[in-house]
Amino acid sequence: MSLVSIKTAAPTGPKYWRSLDELAKTPQFREFVEQEFPAHADEMLEGNSRRTVLKLMAASFGLAGLAACRRPVEHIYPTAKGWDNYVPGEKLTYATAVSLAGQVTGLLVETHDGRPTKIEGNPDHPFSQGAATALVQASLLNLYDPDRSKSVLEAGKETSWSAFEATVKSLSLGDGSGLRFLSETVASPSLFALRADVLKKFPKAKWVEYEAFQRNAGRAGAMIAFNEAVSPQTDFSKAKVIVALDSDFLGQDWQTPLPTKQFSSRRHMDSEEDFDKINRLYSVESQFSITGANADHRLRLRGSEIKQFAADLAAALGALPGLNVLNNGTDRRSKFLAAIVKDLKAAGKDSLVITSPRQPAIVHALAFLINQSLGSTAMEFAKSGTQERVEAGVDALKALVGEMNAGQVSTLVMLGGNPVYTAPADLAFASALAKVAASLHLGPDEDETAASAKWHVPEAHYLESWGDAVTSTGVATIQQPMIDPIFGGRTAAEILALVSGSPTTKAHDIVKNYWMSTFPGSHPGETKSVASGKDAVKEITANPAEQAWRKSVHDGIVSGTKPQETAKVTADAKRIAAAWATEPKAAEGGIEVAFVPSASVFDGRFANNGWMQEAPDPINKVVWGNAALISPATAKAKNLSDGDVVTLTRGGLKMEVSVLTQPGQADNAITIALGYGRERCGRAGKDVGFNANLLRSSDAFWYAPNVEIATTGKTYTHVTTQERGLADGMNNRPLYREVDIAEYKKNPKAIEEQSEVPPLHSIYTELNYDKGYQWGMAIDLGSCTGCNACVVACVAENNTPVVGKDQVARGREMHWIRMDRYYVGSEDEPRAVEQPLPCMQCENAPCENVCPVAATTHTPEGLNDMVYNRCVGTRYCANNCPFKVRHFNFLNFHKGDSDILSMVHNPDVTVRMRGVMEKCTYCVQRIQETRIAAKADGRREIKDGEIKTACQQTCPADAIVFGNINDPQSKVSKLKKQERNYAMLAELDIRPRTTYLARLRNPNPELEA
Amino acid sequence: MSVAVPQDPQLLEVNPPLVPGHPDYHDVTEQISTIVEGDVRTTPMKYWITLACTSSIVVLLGGMLTYLALTGIGVWGNNRPVGWAWDITNFVFWIGIGHAGTLISAILFLFRQKWRTSINRSAEAMTLFAVMCAAIFPVFHTGRPWRAYWLFPVPNTDLGMWQNFRSPLIWDVFAVNTYLTVSILFWFTGLVPDLATLRDRAVGKVRQYIFAALSMGWRGSARHWRHYEAAYLILAGISTPLVLSVHSVVSFDFATSVIPGWHTTIFPPYFVAGAIFSGFACVMTLLLIARWTLNLQDLITMKHLENMNKIILATGTIVGYAYAMEFFIAWYSGNMYERFTFWNRAFGPYWWAAWSMYTCNVFIPQLYWFKKLRTNLWVMFIISITTNIGMWFERFVIIATSLTRDFLPTSWGYFHPTYVDICTFIGTVGLFLTLFLLFARFLPMIAISEVKGVVAVEKGSFPKERQEVH
Amino acid sequence: MPAPLDLEQIKDKLGIGADKVYAVMGEFSEPSELVEAGKKIRAMGYTKIDAMSPFPVHGIDDAIGIRRSRLGWIVVCFSLTGTATAIFLQWYTGATPLTSLVKYGLSGYPLVIGGKPLFDFSFSIPVAFELTVLFTAFATFLGMWALNGLPRLYHPSMNYKNAHRASDDRFLLMVEADDPLFEPKKTADHLRSVGAQEVEVVEG
Repeated sequence: MSLVSIKTAAPTGPKYWRSLDELAKTPQFREFVEQEFPAHADEMLEGNSRRTVLKLMAASFGLAGLAACRRPVEHIYPTAKGWDNYVPGEKLTYATAVSLAGQVTGLLVETHDGRPTKIEGNPDHPFSQGAATALVQASLLNLYDPDRSKSVLEAGKETSWSAFEATVKSLSLGDGSGLRFLSETVASPSLFALRADVLKKFPKAKWVEYEAFQRNAGRAGAMIAFNEAVSPQTDFSKAKVIVALDSDFLGQDWQTPLPTKQFSSRRHMDSEEDFDKINRLYSVESQFSITGANADHRLRLRGSEIKQFAADLAAALGALPGLNVLNNGTDRRSKFLAAIVKDLKAAGKDSLVITSPRQPAIVHALAFLINQSLGSTAMEFAKSGTQERVEAGVDALKALVGEMNAGQVSTLVMLGGNPVYTAPADLAFASALAKVAASLHLGPDEDETAASAKWHVPEAHYLESWGDAVTSTGVATIQQPMIDPIFGGRTAAEILALVSGSPTTKAHDIVKNYWMSTFPGSHPGETKSVASGKDAVKEITANPAEQAWRKSVHDGIVSGTKPQETAKVTADAKRIAAAWATEPKAAEGGIEVAFVPSASVFDGRFANNGWMQEAPDPINKVVWGNAALISPATAKAKNLSDGDVVTLTRGGLKMEVSVLTQPGQADNAITIALGYGRERCGRAGKDVGFNANLLRSSDAFWYAPNVEIATTGKTYTHVTTQERGLADGMNNRPLYREVDIAEYKKNPKAIEEQSEVPPLHSIYTELNYDKGYQWGMAIDLGSCTGCNACVVACVAENNTPVVGKDQVARGREMHWIRMDRYYVGSEDEPRAVEQPLPCMQCENAPCENVCPVAATTHTPEGLNDMVYNRCVGTRYCANNCPFKVRHFNFLNFHKGDSDILSMVHNPDVTVRMRGVMEKCTYCVQRIQETRIAAKADGRREIKDGEIKTACQQTCPADAIVFGNINDPQSKVSKLKKQERNYAMLAELDIRPRTTYLARLRNPNPELEA
Repeated sequence: MSVAVPQDPQLLEVNPPLVPGHPDYHDVTEQISTIVEGDVRTTPMKYWITLACTSSIVVLLGGMLTYLALTGIGVWGNNRPVGWAWDITNFVFWIGIGHAGTLISAILFLFRQKWRTSINRSAEAMTLFAVMCAAIFPVFHTGRPWRAYWLFPVPNTDLGMWQNFRSPLIWDVFAVNTYLTVSILFWFTGLVPDLATLRDRAVGKVRQYIFAALSMGWRGSARHWRHYEAAYLILAGISTPLVLSVHSVVSFDFATSVIPGWHTTIFPPYFVAGAIFSGFACVMTLLLIARWTLNLQDLITMKHLENMNKIILATGTIVGYAYAMEFFIAWYSGNMYERFTFWNRAFGPYWWAAWSMYTCNVFIPQLYWFKKLRTNLWVMFIISITTNIGMWFERFVIIATSLTRDFLPTSWGYFHPTYVDICTFIGTVGLFLTLFLLFARFLPMIAISEVKGVVAVEKGSFPKERQEVH
Repeated sequence: MPAPLDLEQIKDKLGIGADKVYAVMGEFSEPSELVEAGKKIRAMGYTKIDAMSPFPVHGIDDAIGIRRSRLGWIVVCFSLTGTATAIFLQWYTGATPLTSLVKYGLSGYPLVIGGKPLFDFSFSIPVAFELTVLFTAFATFLGMWALNGLPRLYHPSMNYKNAHRASDDRFLLMVEADDPLFEPKKTADHLRSVGAQEVEVVEG
């Protein structure tokens, strides 16, 4: 994938056998044969009879090319069909869940012949509701990352699991006074339980949870507001007026589709009734987030000034007595504040003030206070379990580092994460780590931490290991593997069990035992995995707990778990006022640097993921790197221009980064995305972008005030997928269309009137597509947030190659659906709009007319087909496409794919060779699959909504609707009947099948004026 | 054959003789044949040096095309949105140049322009070589050159598919290949009597056999000549609409598309005029060089050159009119995309290309209004070159500026040529020159029999009462 | 002025009969002379007359009675064939249904493209035109050689001593032996009488 751009194709992936003899010698092979053919083990190993050779062949294929085809030894239960009657080539779907920074999304994973090939959201899961975020979609690629950690390392040298186990057993942990655990946010019930046991066993041991992007400020805020351990539970669908104080809830603040689902539910304006439910979003933020892009009104404030704004808001609403509002009359901020206050008061219980984990606890406390004072129903609170000797957050990490430096830590067990890279630079984690006698690191990659820890062991990917995950609302899911660990990794639970010396060390048993103990009619200690077939049936009927277990694994929701009930708590204004009094005021003047998780690589864990590296940033469209985003005004003032490399210095900390002007960025505020500049990483992520952690310190974790900025004279090229400058605006072209809902109510023709379409006559007799299925698509710009999930889903579904930074710089990116971003308004106070752009599937397709060899033609169902094996590659079709959605394989973009990487490919979709054109097909493979199913199923009609394109299925905003436009009852036909439905460039008489529903804005008239 | 037309005495005084110094028929034979028959050692050194340089460039071309075919179009600068760039620019450029030859031979022939006789042979040769250079690009610009034969209507057993005859690119395939074929036939037909002359003069078996074979046993019988003239007339007759059709069809590649700046009805006449313009300029360049290196002042006279300059002036002005009209229509149409495209063409990122094209193609040729300038060898040499630079830019501007910024600002881009782009183009120039040098040295550069015809006319040695032929 | 030569003597000397003779040939140095002579010879009643010249001499056809070329008519037929071929090709490949011939790649293959009809004259014109021209060109070229009976390696007229100058600066007039009035001696005298030089009886 991403590796194609890097020509150094160093041999990676598992060691493949080169000759049968050599193979027969390898220990894995012996082991393998024992497992696979116990009966004939000896016969197979000794010799050279013809039978042996044949077996060896068979075996070696199992071992090498498709280790993937081996089934896990425990039994898993596909939602579709059992393995017993599995049909080769037919896909199977399994339910599981992913936990990203403690945020859980329930998934359905599509597998082909034992290879997970596509991730979808689990419709039954409350946090997914069938959708998945871009990062979750892309996590599939991490499974097949050929640069993943493959072997146990001792001081960087390859060794064996047995050696590691021996060492762990030999550790003298005593009461655990020298024992410390460091992990990422844990969201696994079985691990919670195991952790409790371990901490009981080692009464002096401590456990620290640390993430580069920790979501624990809310709890801290709750401690201030309620003096109780509760966590907020937000429901955006209940709010009509939302004030986002630096919150990027539509972007990176939540790592689940839930907030977008809830928010967009009030943006689907499909009928008159819907008009009243439309919500209004105010965003107060420093950097241009997609939440800001979706806001009806946006106020630029430096991150550190937002707490003051929150306090003012609370005061103005009268929620915070004895505080006078900092309000100097007529400036934008004051007007904005006044308008919000009015609107919030009007909205009452339908209002919501939400802030970001990047804001200090006090802002959360103020937000809670405001919500409660307004009687908001959109935010409630639930008890959050606490565990003593478990601390979370950067302060906890700081304490731990203190202990390490003081030599109080003899054993540090790092379960996942990459603290050496993600820890703020002032903690100098690596040097502290060096002082620890025994440091064990479990991680998916041989990353910075793996390099500095004594021991590194590979971590199993969540798709290849047993586990479980629970949402912040308490809905649990069993995580089932679809494939044996490709590189023999293990899970955190397994390592923890090993350290604690517990008898059950297999993930499956740990998880199953935990849950069996919670089910009625269980027999504890039940660890033996049962056979399939008749015995299985007997056993299930015999044991209700076994039944419950199987059902839970199958459904993707643990049977019996339901969202925990909310707790009645009331915010204490006095405590908050007191806390506010002690809160340090924001530093005036100077340059402030804000750190945000990257929309592409998050905190760096996706750095080696080509799909994400090439997914453009939703706002500035930068790929393969990050930048110091700076407002045009500040850039002018500091005399900086795009690409200038500057040195940022604060205290002893210092980083070099290249500048990029970002319209709408707060003045004197720089924003840098985390997760780049990885030094020890796979080929895709190594040295891509700039490492912001170098400037990050534990005291200024999210916002670093008074940063010195100095030019270096060096320059750097930012690669964007959109030409900057003129292309940022729409040049008054009626491409993206929007209208205020108030005006739309008055004049429904408002959208149509935005472009002048002359009467269209063809010199030919028009073809009419009025028979059978006629596929079409409607994209609702009103609810689309521009989150990129569709882009990544399309890449995963259609085997779209990753071309690399250099090729993107040449304008050769291959995304079949792209997210077009336009700025509206002034350079300082712009709005940004996002428009997903797949192939329009024109009925009178200009691309078809010009192809000399008829390689792109029309189907009777109105699809604009691309015949890869007929294409000679004249590129004439791409030239003649008004939307430029056709993509050409200028080079062999799959050249660098290793065998492991190729396992990610969807077998239903051709992998295109060089020299041919490709484009969106409306996921024709899914159409055909459903057609065949319907045919097999008694030649019935295909039901509306039965076919979902990849982009549609994953869209958290349900903005994309695909279906049969020939059926007046289908959802898509109904949407296309709306007045706000329009076809882009209709004046060319190309008749696009993909049309857009114009966005309906809901601005506050007071602020519009 | 036009040479039969007598020269009116008065006319003779106005127009200086086309073949000055009243040479005898034999002198003509001598002067032209000796170039071909001359001993290799007597050929001037400057010729061999030039040939060495140009043929080494051909090697470069070979290298580039091999690299391209093995690696992919990606080695060029083409991108999205600029799917066509230097490849098609060069193709149209060479095809354009290839128009002068047939035009001079065919159209001037039909119009009885006797002054063509001393230049038509080399012009035709130039056409062939230019079209050969042009043909390289359509083949190698495809993503899968080994499939390029799918552009021809040959039965395809793996897919059973045929061509899409709605596609201008298919029309192009037919037009260009027809043009190449007809040009070869036309050129060879004209060459046969001279090959016979060389055969009859040949010393040494090898030369005799070669020319005997090439001249197909031509013996200049009256019976031959009548069929020959009929054939020549027909070929000239069909070549004329053909030459006009070829560039019209090439222009359809753009005119029938939906892209602003391409979708223009003025293209066919405008492209043809441009082709004639660049073609004549190229003939001019080559003739001046030949005239200088091979001392052909008596056969390629100032009158020939001046007439050609007049045509260059005329066509250049037509092209200028077309440019102006494009802008007017863009404004008059009121179409925002059209308007933007032409504004962007002149003042956008490609302003430099656009203005070098206006300067070279429209402004500079206006100098030819002055007889002094249009009869000055250095001036015409320089202008012949600037004209071709300008015409290359014309094609580049049409292709690049229109593609880089079309309907959706989000898909706008820019084109940067790679060294492969540049070397490939230089390579075709080398190929062109090499072929021409070989031709100039080993085949009669000037139509011997036709010139003799003119000589005959100019010495009035045709029977009186036969003088009102045609 | 060379001595008049006695044909009988030559016959005796070379032992050849009139049946071996191909023609009597004489040469001129200007086209005008050739045409004049040609007319005179024809006036004497000769019918099998031919001329050879380095470039086409106008009027010689009428002078020695050669009919106009029929090439044009042949070509027209081929041109129309070209047009028909083009139209058929585009109609058959684009607008006729798939048949079992497809396995030989010879079946029609109708495809909906850009919402345009399967076949229409509007987009068939360019190819039709080009193929017409192509067929015409080949017909003309090949037809010309066919009518001239070329290529051939040998022709008796080459035996004339100055035949090689016919492509340089000499204009030859000949009366062929199969002319009813042909009598080597007399014919030679006639040629001389119309001003031919180097008159010679050429054997075939």
